[in-house]
Amino acid sequence: MRAIHKKNRTASSKQKLGRQKRKVKRLSAAFIAPSFLGVLAFFFLPFLVVIAYSVVDNPVSMNFVGLDNFAKILKNAAFLRAVRNTLHFSVIAVPLAVGLSLLLALVLQWKIPLRSQFRTFFLSPMMVPVASVVLVWQVLFDYNGAVNQWLAFLGVENKVDWLKSSQDIFVIVILFLWKNLGYNMILFMAALSNIPKDLIEVAVLEKASQFQIFWHIKLRYMTSTLLFVTIMSLINSFKVFREVYLLTGDNPTDWIYMLQHYMNNMFRKLNYQNLSAAAILMSLFMIVVIGILFLIENYFGKDVEG
Amino acid sequence: MKNKRNKKQTFRKGMHIIWLSIAFLFAACFAILFLTPIVLTITNSFMSSTEISANYGVIFSTTESGGKVFISEQVNLKFIPDMVSFEQYATVLLKSPDYLLKFWNSVILVVPIVVFQIVVAALAAYGFYRYEGRLRQIIFFSYIILMLMPYQVTLVPNYLVSDWLNILDTRWAIWLPGIFSPFSVYLLTKYMKRIPMGIIEAAKIDGAGEFQIFMQIALPLCKSAVCSVAILVFIDYWNMVEQPIILLSDESLQPLSVYLSKINSGELGLAFAVATIYMIPCLFVFLYGEDYLVEGITYQGGIKG
Repeated sequence: MRAIHKKNRTASSKQKLGRQKRKVKRLSAAFIAPSFLGVLAFFFLPFLVVIAYSVVDNPVSMNFVGLDNFAKILKNAAFLRAVRNTLHFSVIAVPLAVGLSLLLALVLQWKIPLRSQFRTFFLSPMMVPVASVVLVWQVLFDYNGAVNQWLAFLGVENKVDWLKSSQDIFVIVILFLWKNLGYNMILFMAALSNIPKDLIEVAVLEKASQFQIFWHIKLRYMTSTLLFVTIMSLINSFKVFREVYLLTGDNPTDWIYMLQHYMNNMFRKLNYQNLSAAAILMSLFMIVVIGILFLIENYFGKDVEG
Repeated sequence: MKNKRNKKQTFRKGMHIIWLSIAFLFAACFAILFLTPIVLTITNSFMSSTEISANYGVIFSTTESGGKVFISEQVNLKFIPDMVSFEQYATVLLKSPDYLLKFWNSVILVVPIVVFQIVVAALAAYGFYRYEGRLRQIIFFSYIILMLMPYQVTLVPNYLVSDWLNILDTRWAIWLPGIFSPFSVYLLTKYMKRIPMGIIEAAKIDGAGEFQIFMQIALPLCKSAVCSVAILVFIDYWNMVEQPIILLSDESLQPLSVYLSKINSGELGLAFAVATIYMIPCLFVFLYGEDYLVEGITYQGGIKG
């Protein structure tokens, strides 16, 4: 009898708990609602329209043309050049952005004087708007600029027109590194400080060399951060249009004509179908990259941190 | 025997000092490279216009006055002006209201985005923290993907909606997508998930309502997170270029970040001063919020949370 009574009671309290849980669920949905509706309205729903626009001949007549738009832009010289340039930039910039920032983080781990000031210095470009410093870049890399002057001083005879030749991509790479190294460095510093200290102490006692410690302990513990930083740098390198625009305006040279330039042209021509197709291709590519990022996180998250 | 060991130790110590000096020199070189553009911009803004054209005349030939100005054959990169002059600032602040107007445009575009993005995001973050379900996981996941998408992708839907709502070429076209941008939702949720649920449940038992708990417990507990997010959002939008050139073709509404690149070549001196003015809010934020900034970046490491 008592047992049944008890059972009933737990059932009713469970019911009550369930009701409460549902209430929390409803209330928390209300908290999420403003954000979600906004994202829906400004990003997700119009993206469905983007998908629709990508398979029609134009947004007014709306005749279904299948994948014609995709085929068209994949044959478009300007689009292909933009893709090639963007990838070319990434191939140069990403390894440098990862390698140099790792080096900086390692250096700042040592007990050198002015350590915290150095961190501040390396991080400061992140705060400064690119628009504010492009002037300096122009003064430095102009045909008659300071860099050519220094090169002449060092005995290099041929002047390079940095901003108007195929070399301009390096100028952009330098600007990109200047802006992004600090961010990567902070991520590496956080990862380095998470490595168990006793592990390194044991290694020192066992007379492991600094290089061995770096290779076998630090790098192993940082693998997931290393991959994370690489992919974030890759994603950031796709956004490099801003620097190019501020440095060279609307008409860049053929070597730094980026994807966003192509998009801008399509916006100007109100060519919705090409715009949509390009945006979808880009987003598919990004989803693959982000997918890799998640796989890495899943794989390494369990391995090292636990 | 003992002597030998001592020798070895001093040798090690010596090597250590050498390595430390190399590391220091390396860091110092990079520090100089990193700071040069900022310092040059600031110091050059204190040059008079004659000095500017004397130093940089080769690049930006200034013939506006038609007068005979000495123009050097080469660029003369100078960190310290011959004479500190406030001429450029006087011109910017008193004679050319255009720049101040653009600066004001930047402020009026960025501040509402920072404030309301955080309000919307803090609410959503609390929602995501308070209850975890399959659907919410999917939504959160889609936020992360959206957050990582470059402007080439996100600007197209933004443009379409702005067009439908007839807000193209108005500030709303920048404000609204900015306010609902999922970046701060992601970061704030990650922070909030550190709050032990016990605190919330206890407040609940004491009779507090959800909104009260949010305002009086959850939000104060992530004050530092709110600061980090505010800084990150601020620098992102203060630096914006892509959105205004697509969504605001009206020149009079454009922020200074876009306008700076269009400055006439004859106004290089002015440009340095304007660039410096544009940097100042960022430098101030950096001065007071460096630790928050570092914390915010650290939290981004590891996307999933």
